[in-house]
Amino acid sequence: MEIPYTVTARPDTGLWNAKIGIWLFLASEIMLFGGLFSAYVFLRIGADAANPWPHGLLNVPVGTFNTFVLISSSMTMVMAWASLKMRKFAQYRIYMGLTILCALAFLCVKAYEYNDKFHHYGVWLKNGEFITGHLEENTPESLTILPDIHHEGRHFWPETEHGAPREIKKADIRRWSNFTPKFSPFFAIYFTLTGLHGLHVFGGMVVNIYFWLPGSKLYRTNPEHLANRVEVSGLFWHFVDLVWIFLFPVLYLL
Amino acid sequence: MNNEHSADDHPHHDISKHVRRYMGVFLALLLGTVVTVAASYIPFKSNEVNIAVALAIATVKATLVAAIFMHLSAERWTIYRFLIITVVFAIGLFSLTALAFSDHIHR
Repeated sequence: MEIPYTVTARPDTGLWNAKIGIWLFLASEIMLFGGLFSAYVFLRIGADAANPWPHGLLNVPVGTFNTFVLISSSMTMVMAWASLKMRKFAQYRIYMGLTILCALAFLCVKAYEYNDKFHHYGVWLKNGEFITGHLEENTPESLTILPDIHHEGRHFWPETEHGAPREIKKADIRRWSNFTPKFSPFFAIYFTLTGLHGLHVFGGMVVNIYFWLPGSKLYRTNPEHLANRVEVSGLFWHFVDLVWIFLFPVLYLL
Repeated sequence: MNNEHSADDHPHHDISKHVRRYMGVFLALLLGTVVTVAASYIPFKSNEVNIAVALAIATVKATLVAAIFMHLSAERWTIYRFLIITVVFAIGLFSLTALAFSDHIHR
């Protein structure tokens, strides 16, 4: 069956159908991420002196690097589309390949960040003390923690200094956890937002791989149709970049 | 907002002219990121000022992505209509968080 209006505009809307489809989808995405951003605002409003909103838990240089990677991928994505519009297929393959590489780099960096958090622990003692650090040993009776050393003020480079190993009796512990969603409202919303965003990056990458390899055969028969398809995946990709533009400051910097 | 022309209408030779604009936006986005990070380390009067500055820069960056990379600066009215409705609902959604301030029992 021939799908109508893939290249030419539908008379009543003035647009080819896939463009209408992707914008309706992006509208629903705005509401999805909007709801989660609202949840972030709500949790932050709820922070008080007893449970302050944390700062400096994420690696700012790594987050900045990933922002550069995603912005670069947006540039290569729009250039991939422009190359098709100019009928430069070899150039399209290069730019789309670079976009996919950027997506892969972003996900690898995110995996590194997640892994780092999963190996970082916080311990709340019954006497009110709170310790963070790396877990050296976990026995039924006690934990041995390599405690973080914190300096005054905010730092661009993450603090990696550790004190001498400290053994803590489990009877003295009120609660302990690694940096996962259950650790705090901050990490709950951090993992929810970046996890959902990461899934979008992964989905966009898979679609782009399709248009880079098997899907690009369409160029031989209908190059304008391929350009429109790539424009649709590009619109999704730029939206993913746009979400990150807000995620980066609210999670890493503020 | 133009109902007569959209990004689809541009002939191939016009696209090459857009490439320079894309490069300009790309550089602006990189610069915006550097400024956002640098500004977050400036001790303004209050943390609220830091939040406002970072969100203002993020809004400018997002506008550039939407207007130029996503071609919204020259799109059909149908798309604008979708987005206006979405923005109205999104503002409504964000406004719900303001209800937290009316919770006098737990505040």
